[in-house]
Amino acid sequence: MIHDQIKVFPKTSTGISGLDEITNGGFPKNRPVLICGSAGCGKTLFAMQFLVKGILEENEPGVFMSFEETSADLSQNVRSLGFDLEELKKQKKLKVDHVRIERSEIEETGEYDLEALFIRLNYAIDSIGAKRVVLDTVESLFTGMENSVWLRSEIRRLFQWLKDKGVTAIITGERGEGSLTRHGLEEYVSDCVILLDFRIIDQIATRRLRIVKYRGSTHGTNEYPFLIDEDGISVLPVTSLKLDYKSPSELISFNLPAIDNLFAKRGIYKGSSTLITGTAGTAKTILASYFALASCHRKEPVLYFSFEESPEQLIRNLLTIGLDLRSQVNDNLLHIHSSRPSLQGLEMHLLTLHKLMAEFKPKTVIIDPISSLITVGNSSEVRAMLVRLMDMLKVNEVNALFTSLTQNKENFYSDTTVEAVSSLADNWIDLSNVNEQNKWQRNILIIKARGMGHFNGQKKFLIADSGFQLVEK
Amino acid sequence: MNKDENIKMVAEGKLVLQLYVSGMSANSMVAIENIKHLCDEHLEGAFQLEIIDIYKNPDLAAEEHIVFSPSLIKHFPLPRKTLIGNLSDTDKVVKALGLKIKGAS
Repeated sequence: MIHDQIKVFPKTSTGISGLDEITNGGFPKNRPVLICGSAGCGKTLFAMQFLVKGILEENEPGVFMSFEETSADLSQNVRSLGFDLEELKKQKKLKVDHVRIERSEIEETGEYDLEALFIRLNYAIDSIGAKRVVLDTVESLFTGMENSVWLRSEIRRLFQWLKDKGVTAIITGERGEGSLTRHGLEEYVSDCVILLDFRIIDQIATRRLRIVKYRGSTHGTNEYPFLIDEDGISVLPVTSLKLDYKSPSELISFNLPAIDNLFAKRGIYKGSSTLITGTAGTAKTILASYFALASCHRKEPVLYFSFEESPEQLIRNLLTIGLDLRSQVNDNLLHIHSSRPSLQGLEMHLLTLHKLMAEFKPKTVIIDPISSLITVGNSSEVRAMLVRLMDMLKVNEVNALFTSLTQNKENFYSDTTVEAVSSLADNWIDLSNVNEQNKWQRNILIIKARGMGHFNGQKKFLIADSGFQLVEK
Repeated sequence: MNKDENIKMVAEGKLVLQLYVSGMSANSMVAIENIKHLCDEHLEGAFQLEIIDIYKNPDLAAEEHIVFSPSLIKHFPLPRKTLIGNLSDTDKVVKALGLKIKGAS
């Protein structure tokens, strides 16, 4: 049914990474779209990216009519995102028209219309054969006007005119009190309305996007987190949570016979997810590094998220037990990404992960530890995020390994992370330190391994200069 | 001020005006009539009035930042003013153009 809809309803790419998925194909072609949000939420950038990507990827020239920033300011502001407006202007692919309105100069002396604006816009569109238009922020016209009745009907006419002109337009609007835009533009643009939001929750800034309305089209209804970075705006599509991913029966190894042999098939399934739990200092990171190196030896790239150690520290520490991560980093097989969990919101981390995955195309992803992400959000959010994360990894057939720091509790099932992750994970390895005769004894226990038998007792091990060794009695 | 009263007015210097209209639209025609009447019947002294059709000169309209139509720009004497609308509110027009009744202090 959805496919039929797409056929009868032409859409055009939004130029925003991830948004085409959410809107099932993009913006309605040749219709106006309203983007609203409060100051600083990224409206202008959103609109500019729509134009620039339209030019670069769809070869659709664009007109940017700016009611606020000057052409020079705009060029400067988006340069950091790699958008070279001046070059696009030179190529006659982009036209920026700054509409400057000096309120102090203006006197209203009778009935007026916006025909002058229409003519300018029409001229700009025709001069480069534009297919995309941005009006940012058309509501500025209302500022300081005594009589807005004429203006309102003219704005309505403007939207109709844009439709008739056959351009896909983005109109931005400032969020009003109790309404989407200050002057109720949403009443006029009835096809597609998108709300951008910028919130601070627990001192962490989160940007979110929501499709308020999209007439005649199915669309995602959730709030989607989005990120503004050096590549512009990207939205994280929440993949539909379908359990229809492939399940390979090939096996992968830890490159540690001692561990592999604990599993009935001498390894774990490719594309499965593994959870390693343990209290502080139980060698979770070491085991994760073995897993990473095993992947490197198979020439399968690894993305290692380290939330507690910097890449250099991780490399140095593991070298002391003979694990050489650096040469893998140099060979581009291992990519270590370190950041403080509290630096960004939970979803931003997921988005970063998503982006790095697209860029690096890893076959193995390690998150060390996943429990530090959990401190960032509340538990329902965390669970939703983990499900999304697992799904994303599964769909891509990525071997996933998460470590999780558990508190020193009798019952680790009460631990938030363990509760959230353990049921989702395919394999679960628990590491512990037990005090035996005034000595800490390291233990490893396989709690679960979906789809295969496993050794079900505790094994003692030690970490020596040569690495991981099982202690045989 | 009543349009038909025979009041003479002066500006503080030579008036330089540009009226931007959108073709033959109703508001444009009313504006042209209003400004012509004011200048021809009531203004004593030098003035320069140029009527520009935005349709024919979209470039010029963009340069002068014309958004509303019709728009009357007073370039001189300074300060620059933009009078938008069909110029039917004569008192506002007179005030914005800085005109004074001749002989009045």
